[in-house]
Amino acid sequence: MGFLEELKALFPPGRVLTREAELAPYESDALTAYRKRPLAVVLPERKEEVVEAVRLCHRYGVPFVARGSGTSLSGGSLPVEGGLVIALNRMNRILRLDPKARIAVVEPGVVNLEVSRAAAPYGLYYAPDPSSQPISTIGGNVAFNSGGAHCLKYGMTAGHVLALEAVTPEGEVVRLGGEGLEGVGPDLAGFFVGTEGLLGVALEITLRLLPKPEAYHTLLAAYGSLEAAGNAVSQVIRSRLLPGAMEIMDRLAIEAAEAAVKAGYPQAEALLIVELEGPKEEVEEEAKLLAQVIQESGATEVRIAQSEAERQAIWKGRKAAFSAVGRLSPDYIVQDGVVPRSRLGEALKEIGRLSQEYGLRVANVFHAGDGNLHPLVLYDGKKPGELERAEELAGEILKLCVRLGGSLTGEHGIGVEKKGYMPEMFATEDLLAMERVKEALDPKGLANRGKVLPEPGGRPGLEEVHG
Amino acid sequence: MQHRIPVETLGKEGEVMAHAIEACVHCGFCLPTCPTYLVLQEEMDSPRGRIFLMKEVLEGSLPLEEALPYLDRCLACQACVTACPSGVPYGELIATFRLHTEKERHRYPLERVYRLGLLRTLPYPERFRPLAELGVRLKPLLKPLPLPKPLKAPLALLPDRLPEKETYQEVYPAKGERRARVGILLGCAQQVLRPSINRATIRVLQENGVEVVAAKEQVCCGALNLHAGDKEGAKRLARQNLQVFRDVDFVVTNAAGCGSGMKEYPLLFLGEPEEEEAKALAAKVKDLTVLLDELGFLPPPPPKRPLRVAYHDACHLAHAQGVREPPRRLLKAAGVEVLEPREWEICCGSAGTYNLFQPEIAEALGRRKAENLKATEPDLVVTGNIGCLTQIRAYLDQGIPVLHTAELLELLYDGKDPVD
Repeated sequence: MGFLEELKALFPPGRVLTREAELAPYESDALTAYRKRPLAVVLPERKEEVVEAVRLCHRYGVPFVARGSGTSLSGGSLPVEGGLVIALNRMNRILRLDPKARIAVVEPGVVNLEVSRAAAPYGLYYAPDPSSQPISTIGGNVAFNSGGAHCLKYGMTAGHVLALEAVTPEGEVVRLGGEGLEGVGPDLAGFFVGTEGLLGVALEITLRLLPKPEAYHTLLAAYGSLEAAGNAVSQVIRSRLLPGAMEIMDRLAIEAAEAAVKAGYPQAEALLIVELEGPKEEVEEEAKLLAQVIQESGATEVRIAQSEAERQAIWKGRKAAFSAVGRLSPDYIVQDGVVPRSRLGEALKEIGRLSQEYGLRVANVFHAGDGNLHPLVLYDGKKPGELERAEELAGEILKLCVRLGGSLTGEHGIGVEKKGYMPEMFATEDLLAMERVKEALDPKGLANRGKVLPEPGGRPGLEEVHG
Repeated sequence: MQHRIPVETLGKEGEVMAHAIEACVHCGFCLPTCPTYLVLQEEMDSPRGRIFLMKEVLEGSLPLEEALPYLDRCLACQACVTACPSGVPYGELIATFRLHTEKERHRYPLERVYRLGLLRTLPYPERFRPLAELGVRLKPLLKPLPLPKPLKAPLALLPDRLPEKETYQEVYPAKGERRARVGILLGCAQQVLRPSINRATIRVLQENGVEVVAAKEQVCCGALNLHAGDKEGAKRLARQNLQVFRDVDFVVTNAAGCGSGMKEYPLLFLGEPEEEEAKALAAKVKDLTVLLDELGFLPPPPPKRPLRVAYHDACHLAHAQGVREPPRRLLKAAGVEVLEPREWEICCGSAGTYNLFQPEIAEALGRRKAENLKATEPDLVVTGNIGCLTQIRAYLDQGIPVLHTAELLELLYDGKDPVD
């Protein structure tokens, strides 16, 4: 028997997809400029089935990619040609929710927001809130160490994963971390989070839950320029406030979001969203200080959400902004570079200049509080050469971030899209060390092959990846 | 999303489809609101997966027959349209694609007979009535037999007794000062299965100072044919209605699917002489609740005891027509407590004739919907569409009445208790 025959023998009919129409929709994630058709897609429903699939891949040397909802913006769940896609969507059970211990044990296919929904009756929630939170799965969040607007105060996914059960690329099942906040030895669960599927597939994840804040205060401030909004962020931080989130959107992004969800944003060159959260009295005190700081920052208009519905509308607009930009342009690339917060203004100015130089529009939506930029490079793939020019511009932005002392990615991951830029940030020795770790755990190079680590010789040719 | 669809050779339909596909950025915001994705959890049964499949078929790289099982499973509920941040007109895409590909698709002889049978009877009350009567009579005899699903499903949806045939006056005068003059679309199957909805609609309009014209020459809106890919059948019906409703201020619909069906007339006559007239009519079509809300609702006296009413959003009202608030405002003005079930955006599985063609998924969705409605602990359930009403009735506890919004309002105008 060959690989496919054995795989089909392992799973009931209908759970190994091989027909053309079944495979085509799995060709891309949310980065559609890249497409690869897998050999097959398997739909496991229990963790034992994932382990069996991985072991079979190992025996036959077939590369595999674990996939959640396919929302990666870096091509992180792009299939490998001739490889297997392990689609974990049917593993979407919350196995245990312990309100006393404030933990939830979940399968990898559970959607982020579902965890908070299940925890809500106990006054608890799961803090990391990527904009894709109604869609993206915890498995994917773990693989990419997802962030989100509120990571300013609460940190990324890694800070909320207490323990993991995972299968390594060689088919060994391991348990990393424990249910408590203090463990013995190195933080191996923390090590696994953010490795983009290179070291195996998470089977069960133990998450930390937090008590829901008693009160929110959500402020919307309009500015005459992007820099003015950026400076306001520094002023808020200098005032010693630690908001739950601080987000900025520029004119293009505001237009798009407004068209998509009618959030009621004022028209402006830039919008700053600041959200305070915590005990009622504390938030009330902080709100006074915030009002003063914002007033001094030269805001042209300030609005406060008067109800939970208004607060939700503000966030809905912000979180729909990426996709909404699809209204302005047939194609775009979302970048995810990070700069030190103090150099935000500088970075934005330079991005504006690059946009002019390349003759391509760039929309900006970003987590201003932690310097995580999300420039969206708008292009039209139908125009010859425009994709290449957009990628070059995106690359310039990445280099700029590294040059200013930041990073290639804040939360979307390297995936296939940014691997060519790894040498901009890491020395050869660093990259070799990463490769050695990968080799030690995955000698055949099967798990999410072709992601993160640059090919020897640098950037892959475009024709190779655009298939 | 990039595509290589030969738009030039596909004409106006090609432009509509290509435009929708271009607008999709494959972000996945549609996934959690897609009923088939919720049930099946696989990409080809999701909106963005289907968009991908339609693209491949139109580009010529995927045979139509391969893609059809997944495209046929789409309920066309358009929950994805409500969820989509990039504004993909998915409803237009799937409707146009179905019209465009009907000629090419292969159907098994039995399937063809079944489909044609439905399309030739359901839209015509005078043909459907004798058939429904026969079904009602045979139901008790056939029920215990192991029938194939396509026969079992419609039988299950038939009532135990068929109501009396309703005859309509040409004009119903407004009560008090006349505030508007509207035409009412009487619908097709609804006339046979539940004439009380039209009766209640007319009554509620009269109470609100609206003169109602029930034109005799009107026919079924054609939505059934349109969504089954029967373009010519749909056009025949639509042309007749374009004539009939020329002279009224508004056309009031009381079935979500009929309202959105009439609003799709311009799509049906894309690039044809009737296109402009179709647009004019589409602009005049209003759901009963929207008309009353815009006119200024004159509510009935409040109910004699507190009433907890779970409102079910019909997809073709909430998603296809964007109508969610007006019916709620009306109900609140009428003095009832409006309860909001979980997963309001998820289809109940009725979706026109979907429960006849895809009974398994329809059943899973029906059960899910009934559970969510029951969880609100309502005295009764109210919705704005006969399809949903029938589907929910089939899965919800028999102790909880399921009414059309108009039926509830009529009872309140009469000072009656709707739960008795």
